[in-house]
Amino acid sequence: MAHPRPDPRTVAPAVRRRGAHPGSVLRYIILTGMAVLLAGPLVWQLSLSLKGAGEPLYTQPPKLIPEHPTLEHFSEVLHRIPVGHYLLNSLTVAAMAVVGNVVGATCAGYALGKLRFRGRGAAAMICVAALLVPSETVLISQFLLIRSAGLVNTLFGVVVPTLVAALNVLLMRNAFSNLPQEFEEAAIVDGANAWQRFIRVSVPQVKGVITVVAIFAFVGSWNDFLWPLITLSDEDKYTLTVGLNRLRGTFYDDPRLIAAGTIIALVPIVIFFALLQRYFFRGLESGGLKG
Amino acid sequence: MTLSADRGVSLRRGGARPPRRSEAGLATHRWFVTPWLFLLPALTVIVLMVIVPFVNTLGLAFTDSTLLREGEFVGLDNFRRMFDDERFTTALLNSTLYTVCVVPCMMILPLILAALVSGAGRLAGFFRTTMYLPVVMSSVVVGLIWTNMLDKRGLVNELFGTLHMVAEPVPFLSDRWLLLFSAMFVTVWTGLGYYMVIYLAALANIDRSLYDAAAVDGAGVVRTFLNVTVPGVRSTMALISVLSSVAAFRVFGEVYVLTGGTGGIGGGDLTMTMLIQREGTGLQARTGYAGAISLFMFVILGGLLLAQLAMQRKQRTP
Repeated sequence: MAHPRPDPRTVAPAVRRRGAHPGSVLRYIILTGMAVLLAGPLVWQLSLSLKGAGEPLYTQPPKLIPEHPTLEHFSEVLHRIPVGHYLLNSLTVAAMAVVGNVVGATCAGYALGKLRFRGRGAAAMICVAALLVPSETVLISQFLLIRSAGLVNTLFGVVVPTLVAALNVLLMRNAFSNLPQEFEEAAIVDGANAWQRFIRVSVPQVKGVITVVAIFAFVGSWNDFLWPLITLSDEDKYTLTVGLNRLRGTFYDDPRLIAAGTIIALVPIVIFFALLQRYFFRGLESGGLKG
Repeated sequence: MTLSADRGVSLRRGGARPPRRSEAGLATHRWFVTPWLFLLPALTVIVLMVIVPFVNTLGLAFTDSTLLREGEFVGLDNFRRMFDDERFTTALLNSTLYTVCVVPCMMILPLILAALVSGAGRLAGFFRTTMYLPVVMSSVVVGLIWTNMLDKRGLVNELFGTLHMVAEPVPFLSDRWLLLFSAMFVTVWTGLGYYMVIYLAALANIDRSLYDAAAVDGAGVVRTFLNVTVPGVRSTMALISVLSSVAAFRVFGEVYVLTGGTGGIGGGDLTMTMLIQREGTGLQARTGYAGAISLFMFVILGGLLLAQLAMQRKQRTP
């Protein structure tokens, strides 16, 4: 360390590389800057959430590493608001959304993509029309409907409007109609009925798209805020987003507690994303656009 | 390819049919009921939760209904009242401004990022994942994170103070316009990775030889970007302009959380969706009026879609 000796093996290629791509250094500087801008706030939240109660929050320059790291803010958040309960509610709603969308969209997509029958065009039109209606514009009517059905303030009421999304039906229809016809025809020759062909022949070939539908249904439901905010009034029915919203009112004076709350909320979804990220990107590339 | 496949199918079908004629009749009958059984769950939800509420909104908008009382037909009263309602004009202005400012950012910045990331070799995957991370977070979490960042004692003000850029902390979260622009920044921050991934897929489809030709012609980075990359992703850009303008006009979560649910001081930062939420829910809800605002919003969003479609058609047939 004291006498750094330039090693010719490492120095030479570095110089050559810089000479060959003058733009690439700038490229990595910009990209790193953007990565810091996009991921940095998360790191900062983590740092905030760990800072001891006595540490000054406003310092110049800001300090990233906590001087007296502590986990007390996490336990206080868990103590003051029932985060575990909210997590469970969110999971329940998301699980219903995943099952509803996977089953509903796969079945409907199969009918629209592989079966011939009178009214198919009309059924497809209904899905396209529904796709063009932004959820905000039917919000009030949905609320009145859910209310007259007695589903206000229930977890089922939260999931109902997105139980089967038109977008997913159309995605599945495209997936099924892109399959080669031979397999289906061969199964017809073998005397298989529509249900058998669906389960044994066609569904196994579109598993990838079904996974994408499931993941987007999960994330969409997990992150939904406006609808549960409107339908839920009892605290013990709150989903995680609605419950977290209370952090700002309850702990506005202490950013450390807000930070701890956001970290708790982020851990599950970040793990989920890290494990399944290739499906997220595949979904976007195949047109499975969020929300 | 499709043709030969079809022919193969029809041959096989022709060969299989004659011995099973009696069953084929049954099959057609079953074929009529079965498809609708497959469609039943999805169509029930879609019709009940989207189509019916939409038709209801159409009716509601012309009544003076409240949450507790079925209203009467009042013609265009709600729509007349809207333009005298200061909160409505504020919300319309805010949402429009939001769209006008956010959409160009969403069309251009993610494309530049995608171009940089796609050339980053083995690190491309790392950058893509990092930049996509905000996309999977809910607007509430994003809002809370940025509440902390933009607070008077937050990191942004700490950095500004350290660099002696400002004498006093900037009131990002209390000034009407600053709050709106902060929320726009947060929206762009969240959406960058999303649109970047869409652009990455489009970039992969650009013919490599165009880049080689540009290099032979001695075009620089910027020239290549403007003359090869941008024209190569034009249809994706049009798609993103539609998606991001509809999303921006509908903005809710970021503004709601940054204002602590209040819509800013005196409701100065209300957006259209916030106004609908506020008018249409709660015990004092004026559902008829909220329905009229919803319908107005639907017309604007529909207009955005149609305008973009018309623009695309014009581009295709010069």
